[in-house]
Amino acid sequence: MKFSERKRDVAIVGVGSTRFGEHWDKSLKDLIAEAGFKAATEAGIRGKDVELIVGGNMSGGMFVGQEHIAALVADTMGLQPTPSIRVEAACASGSLALEMGFLAVASGMYDVVLVGGVEKMTDVYTSGATTALAGAMDLEWEAYFGLTFPGIFALIAQRYMYEYGLTREQLALVAVKNHDHGFYNPLAQFRKKITVEDVLDSTLVADPLRLLDCSPITDGAATMVLVPAEKAHQYTDTPIIISGIAQASDTLSLFNRKSLCTVNATIEAGKQAFSQAKISHKDVDLVEVHDCFTIAEILALEDLGFCKKGEAAKLYEEGEVWVGGSLPVNTDGGLKSAGHPIGATGIKQVIEIVHQLRGESPEPVQVKGAEIGVAHNLGGSGATVVVTVLKRGD
Amino acid sequence: MPQTAVPAHWRKYKERYLLLGMLCETCGKITFPLGSVCPNCRRAGKVKPVRLSGKGKVYSYTVIRAAPEGFEVFTPYVIAIIELDDGVKLTSQVIDCEPEEVHIGMPVQVCFRKIREEGKEGVICYGFKFRPADNSWKP
Amino acid sequence: MVGIVGYGAYVPRYRIKVEEIAGVWGMEASRIKDSLLVEEKSVPSLDEDTTTISVEAARNALNMASEVDPHEIGAIYIGSESHPYAVKPTATMVAEAIAATPSLTAADMEFACKAGTAAIQACMGLVKAGYIKYGLAIGADTAQGQPADALEYTASAGGAAYIIGNSNVVAEIEDTYSFTQDVPDFWRREGADYPSHGGRFTGAPGYFAHVLGAARGMMNKLGTKPSDYKYAVFHMPNGKFPLTAAQTLGFVKEQLMPGMVVTKIGNTYSGSSLLGTAATLDIANPGDRILVTSYGSGAGSDCFSLTVTDAIVEKRGRSPPVSYYVNRKKYIGYAIYAKLRGKLRGFGE
Repeated sequence: MKFSERKRDVAIVGVGSTRFGEHWDKSLKDLIAEAGFKAATEAGIRGKDVELIVGGNMSGGMFVGQEHIAALVADTMGLQPTPSIRVEAACASGSLALEMGFLAVASGMYDVVLVGGVEKMTDVYTSGATTALAGAMDLEWEAYFGLTFPGIFALIAQRYMYEYGLTREQLALVAVKNHDHGFYNPLAQFRKKITVEDVLDSTLVADPLRLLDCSPITDGAATMVLVPAEKAHQYTDTPIIISGIAQASDTLSLFNRKSLCTVNATIEAGKQAFSQAKISHKDVDLVEVHDCFTIAEILALEDLGFCKKGEAAKLYEEGEVWVGGSLPVNTDGGLKSAGHPIGATGIKQVIEIVHQLRGESPEPVQVKGAEIGVAHNLGGSGATVVVTVLKRGD
Repeated sequence: MPQTAVPAHWRKYKERYLLLGMLCETCGKITFPLGSVCPNCRRAGKVKPVRLSGKGKVYSYTVIRAAPEGFEVFTPYVIAIIELDDGVKLTSQVIDCEPEEVHIGMPVQVCFRKIREEGKEGVICYGFKFRPADNSWKP
Repeated sequence: MVGIVGYGAYVPRYRIKVEEIAGVWGMEASRIKDSLLVEEKSVPSLDEDTTTISVEAARNALNMASEVDPHEIGAIYIGSESHPYAVKPTATMVAEAIAATPSLTAADMEFACKAGTAAIQACMGLVKAGYIKYGLAIGADTAQGQPADALEYTASAGGAAYIIGNSNVVAEIEDTYSFTQDVPDFWRREGADYPSHGGRFTGAPGYFAHVLGAARGMMNKLGTKPSDYKYAVFHMPNGKFPLTAAQTLGFVKEQLMPGMVVTKIGNTYSGSSLLGTAATLDIANPGDRILVTSYGSGAGSDCFSLTVTDAIVEKRGRSPPVSYYVNRKKYIGYAIYAKLRGKLRGFGE
């Protein structure tokens, strides 16, 4: 996009999220309302102030039989006749919603936009959820033969291990780190530290990936309020500016990628977002990457350019990616520990960066003096990637 | 799940039974799957179906132990990305061997197998799978 | 003239030994092996059925008869007692999978274990009458053995495909003769999981009456005797029946040995005599004569007198021989066997 043609900068002035987990007592509507009202309350806005709603949701249809999510969101929050849009890019639906909300405000045509994401995954059996998630891959040529999402990332992990010599122990460190961080996140699905042995002992799901390599099935919603940066002070003392946001696409199927070990959409979106924000890698204080499976985090750090292809494992062995290291990754526990309600994840990632830049994260995981954060949200096996750069607006 | 759609199955019979790919007569590239647009030339490409080589190598693989609906009885089964001698890659199961025997680079050849059934009363879905290449019978 | 232009075989990889099955029911394996002359049987994988077996066999036949363009096949008949659908022919799925569609006739046949040879006769008629250039006849089965029943030791899976034509044949079919009567020796009602059979009644009034009747009828018609034939193939429900029939007719054991696949793969039902014939053709020399007699319960036998031609020398070796499939195997125990044969209820239903 022609980022420099934007009429004005966009700021995030309010955020809200449900706890992520198995919410047997909450429906899709309940989750939307809870997150939505939290964000609105924090921003100090009333319903009549909202001019546009953009919601990300992967599959209300397959998980709970509900479509027309755009209308459902507006109706649940009592916001009719406010216009409402629903966007979908599998696990990147949340950041897609942010991207659309950003365009609406940056264009000068909308002043208050509510962007959010939601997924209600636990009303179906695990096999039903696996089937629904398979919709993010090529139905006719991948899912048809019995491939699952853990299977897709297992194919990637197997090839990566073959090409770069990554070991099972090194890969497990991704999950260990994310649980180390998630332990301090009051909204995380899992708040329990784990060891490399725990990961290697867990059940095989799709060789070589085990249960603890995989993000869970989760219910949850997350919402943010976007306004023009020039008006942000009316809502908050700590506005966070979207200094770069870019999206790229790649083949739907994994087998048609140029390489299994590289997500080209991440490289493209990352380059553009960094260029828009006029930052280099050393300027970045923390990153939220899409660890739907442990191997995805390894690929993301490399494809975003934080290290050379094949060398991310070193960052884990040297402790650089924990809080306190040179590049903290997934300070809220990522998808693995905090949970992965598909449509909400992209929003949740940005919310974590907002908390960090405001300096209001729990002390053990607060990145001291954080000024610039990057979020990386990925859909399917890498067919959609959105990279967002955020900076303090004060 | 959309897979119960009979017309959707039928549309893919020839491709799944005969292992068809796509040849672009404009640029000469062979790709998979069959579609209406050459990934290289887009609208400028004149495409037609072509029967792919039944031989290839395992490019990557995994063993599915937590199956999606309809595949529960088959676990554990191997799914791989196969690189055919034509140069195309595709996803398929590897059968007729133990999961432990599968490795990157393993030569394989195509065979015709049942993929799944739409329940006891629904249609039976067939397609291509791959087994370890075996030329031991050649005189 | 009409004959076999090419043929192909397929047998699934898994095997279960008589000892495994006998152990589950507390029977003496050595007694059973001695009385049946069967050591082990083939078991299909969960992703195999009569359609997949037929396709592999047909593709092998087309590789042997490499001069045949599948579009020239004017008829496909598939004989089985385990067609995957009760209504929807296996023949159309196979036709699509070998790229023979759309200009052909097709149908499925059922006559217990002789449906495959009935398919050959149908193709012979269409070829000889000049209606079609080539016909494809297949006999294939994934037979169900009732737990604890005697047939559980032999009911197996496999099949063979024969391309019938009048040019470039590897074996000429000199003539065919059939012997058919209504005899209820073995049957299965619609919806029943397993067939029923008359026990010892299946012997003399069933198998022997028809096999002997058809073989004698064929040799009478042609004026031949057992010693005119280099080899003989009889339907193999077990290893004993064909040897007994052979002895009664005046054949010697050596004439049957190349075709006696039952010992190592069990009774492939509609595939039985066709696989035995393929195994014999795999080693026969030009000029050899082979007498093939199938048997299908219900009851009837089709007999064929074949003469191997010179063309077999060049065409052999283009597809895996029967011995490749017989020797390619992986043993399983009864638990996996029960899973593969769908004997466990409430599973995938």
